[in-house]
Amino acid sequence: MPLSKSEISVGDQHSEQVVENLTRTQIIQYAGASGDYNPLHTDEIFTTQIAGYPTVFAHGMLSMGMTGKMLTNLVGDGRLTKYGVRFVAQVWPGDSLTSTATVEAIREEDGVSLVDLAVSTVNQDGAEVVKGSATARIDD
Amino acid sequence: MATDRFPIEAGHIMLFARSIGDANPIYHDADAAADTEPGRVIPPPTFVQASAQFTEGYNLRPVIGEAWFGSGKEPTGIKRESSGEGSGGTGFHAEQHYEYHAPVQAGDVLRAVDKPGKSWSREGRRGGTLQFNESITEYYNQDDVLVVTARSVGVQTSRVVE
Repeated sequence: MPLSKSEISVGDQHSEQVVENLTRTQIIQYAGASGDYNPLHTDEIFTTQIAGYPTVFAHGMLSMGMTGKMLTNLVGDGRLTKYGVRFVAQVWPGDSLTSTATVEAIREEDGVSLVDLAVSTVNQDGAEVVKGSATARIDD
Repeated sequence: MATDRFPIEAGHIMLFARSIGDANPIYHDADAAADTEPGRVIPPPTFVQASAQFTEGYNLRPVIGEAWFGSGKEPTGIKRESSGEGSGGTGFHAEQHYEYHAPVQAGDVLRAVDKPGKSWSREGRRGGTLQFNESITEYYNQDDVLVVTARSVGVQTSRVVE
C-alpha cells in the first residue's frame, strides 16, 4: 500500500531483515538473473587462489536489490522516483542484513507529494554495508 | 552499458526477484499484479542492471568458445598482467544511483544509451590508490520515453581490499 502524507512524520523509521544467513546459492541466483558472472562472487577457487580474498562475496547490486525490497515494501509498488546507494563494505556468505529507511523530509514538487528517505543496511555485527537515499511519491 | 534491445520479460523478472529474496506477487503473478496500482507485472527497482544480459560484449559474461578468467582445470583460465603497482588489485562497484522517470512493465522493450561520466582518484585506507570512474546510462522504452537514468561509479583498487 502506498504511503500517505498523514501517516508519516520526519524521523519515522522502517526496518526489515532482508536476508538471514546469506547463502552462496543466493549469490549464484543473483549472478544468473543479473548477468554479472564475475567469478569473485561465485567461484571459490578463483576468489581465494587468484584474487586473494577469504571467500566469495555478494555483488554490491545484490545488497542494493535486497535493500530495495525494504523500500518497495514501505513506499508501495512503482512509487520510487530515486534510489541511490554507496557500497560501504563487502557482504559475505553467512551475513544477515537489516535495512532501515528514515523519513528525512516530506515535501511537494510540481504538485506531487514526495518523501525523502535515508537508507542504511547493516550486517549482523551492526556494520553498515550499504548507505544511500531514496525518494518516493506519496498520497496526500 | 549501451544495449540495443533489452526486453523486459516476465520470467526474467521472476528470476531476478527470487534472487533478491523478494516474494512480492507483483513480480511473478499477473493476476495479483492486476489488483495493484501499477496493474501489471513490473520489475524491482534495480532490475535494469540485468540489461547486462543483453549487452553485446559485456565483459563479465563468458563468451562461447573463449577462455574465461574463472576457474576450470586451473584456478583461472586467463593469466593477467600485474597492474604495475603490485598485483591483487580489483575492480569494485562503489556507487549506484537510479532515477525513475516513467513506469516500466513486463512486455516493454528498452534500449540503453551511455553518456560520458567523470573520473577521479584518491588514496584509500584499505585498497591503496583508488581510481573512480562514473558511467551514466539512460534507458528508453519502445515509445522513446526516458524511463530510468542509471549512474554507476566503479572503483579500481591497486591491491586487495582487506
